Amino acid sequence: MGHDAVGRKRGSVAVAAGGAFYDAVEETARALYIKALKDVPADIRTAITQAYAREQHDVAKKILSLIVRNVEIADERRMIVCQDTGTPIFWVGLGTAVHVDGVRIAEALRAGIERATRDHPLRSSVCHPLTRENPQTNTGYRIPVIHWEFLAGAEHVELLCVPKGSGSENMSFLRMLTPADGVDGIRRFVLESVVEAGANPCPPCIVGIGVGGSADACMVLAKRAAVRRIGTHNPDPHLAALEVELLEKINSLGIGPQGVGGDTTALAVHIEHAYTHITQNPVGLNMQCWRGLRAEARIHPDGRAELGNSSLSAPRPF
Amino acid sequence: MAEVRLTPPLSEADIRPLRVGDWATLEGTLLGVRDATLIRIFDHHQAPPIDLSGAMLLHTAPNVRKVGDRYEPLSVGTTTSTRMDRFTEPLLREYGVRGFIGKGGLLEGSVRAMAEHGAVYLTIVGGAAAWQTLHIEAIEAVYWEDLMPECLWVFMVRSLGPLLVSIDSHGASTYADVKQAARQRLSELLAKGQSRGPVSDPGDSPRGA
Repeated sequence: MGHDAVGRKRGSVAVAAGGAFYDAVEETARALYIKALKDVPADIRTAITQAYAREQHDVAKKILSLIVRNVEIADERRMIVCQDTGTPIFWVGLGTAVHVDGVRIAEALRAGIERATRDHPLRSSVCHPLTRENPQTNTGYRIPVIHWEFLAGAEHVELLCVPKGSGSENMSFLRMLTPADGVDGIRRFVLESVVEAGANPCPPCIVGIGVGGSADACMVLAKRAAVRRIGTHNPDPHLAALEVELLEKINSLGIGPQGVGGDTTALAVHIEHAYTHITQNPVGLNMQCWRGLRAEARIHPDGRAELGNSSLSAPRPF
Repeated sequence: MAEVRLTPPLSEADIRPLRVGDWATLEGTLLGVRDATLIRIFDHHQAPPIDLSGAMLLHTAPNVRKVGDRYEPLSVGTTTSTRMDRFTEPLLREYGVRGFIGKGGLLEGSVRAMAEHGAVYLTIVGGAAAWQTLHIEAIEAVYWEDLMPECLWVFMVRSLGPLLVSIDSHGASTYADVKQAARQRLSELLAKGQSRGPVSDPGDSPRGA
């Protein structure tokens, strides 16, 4: 049996997910939300340790050492790292060899967040945008935010949970540059945005940049970039080079940890791109604060779940 | 660079000697406020139920567990202060607040108000809530529970620090200094790298079609 252009097995029949699968989605969503709040991902820990070793400013070094100490305390006492329980966001990677009911997945994700909030308990950080009524569940109309992607040929479903902190999310920017602004325009926009954000997003940050697409797609790309594992690079060499260049320039701005000065303003710069209209040159910026909240899992149609890295925190084609 | 211990209520004389770059540790009573708390006081004109004179305010909305009629702290961290910048001056002028513990800093108007009234801004490490929570001995009282989690909190803290004096009562601000230096560095970077003129204003650039 051969494979088609996107890796699907020819002639294969999708496995139908049963009731145990949706129970597992709910339980995994609950577990991932809490894990993302308590357990700083390994790549972020490494990046913080390396930043501490490189940092030349005394105050900045002291702040980075407190950050390291905080991560240790959260590990030892099983506490959440930061008080901000965030806006719950999921990426769902749907294996194309599994037949699933998307509505039941969405309901299970919401139920998992609500159960974590009630049982842990966790602060509810979600409210109505006008009345500001807080349902005390960390959910609401269109929350959790869910992004759907497809995993060609896979016989499982992947989840990436990002409880997005507000300090960094409030420092989000979009600019519809012109083709004449060119790559220099993108560089300028990124550097100006990081300076404007200053201390607010809890630096050192992971700077996520979306380039191209439409206005809406550009911001989703920026968020996608912000939740990529540190150490991954854009597969296009032009953009990979721009990631390296911008990281160096951002860290020469002197904003430093918590914005009180130093060499470590960003832990990483990630760019995700899409082709765009001939009149357009969109660029969006979305940051993760230093704790880089993220937790992932793979769920099989029979309900078995494996926590750990998934393909969703790496650059992906769809 | 001095290291000081502060125990509210604080007087102007306690605050004035502090200078940007000093380190402080807080003992005793610390009040927690956030967006909704301050909106209620200043936009909905409801006087706070407790005396704020001499108080230190923490910009926070904690994770708590209710046990009987008391709340236990699960995670007490710090939120971005700049969002609540416009409440700084009236908190100092009308209520005699002596300082803030926050992250992200406060803006120019607040820096001026803190110089005029004698108040200080202490930076705590944002995101380091697990560490911070170990310094919270108890939640003594909670007012305006309907705003949960953005209530008016009364925390009892022990040796909460190190806290960096980043805005003092003499008009100095680490945040302003760092931002000014970053802007300077930014213009150097752009002058070096830019082959053309500045990016056109989105308002007057050709759009569409």
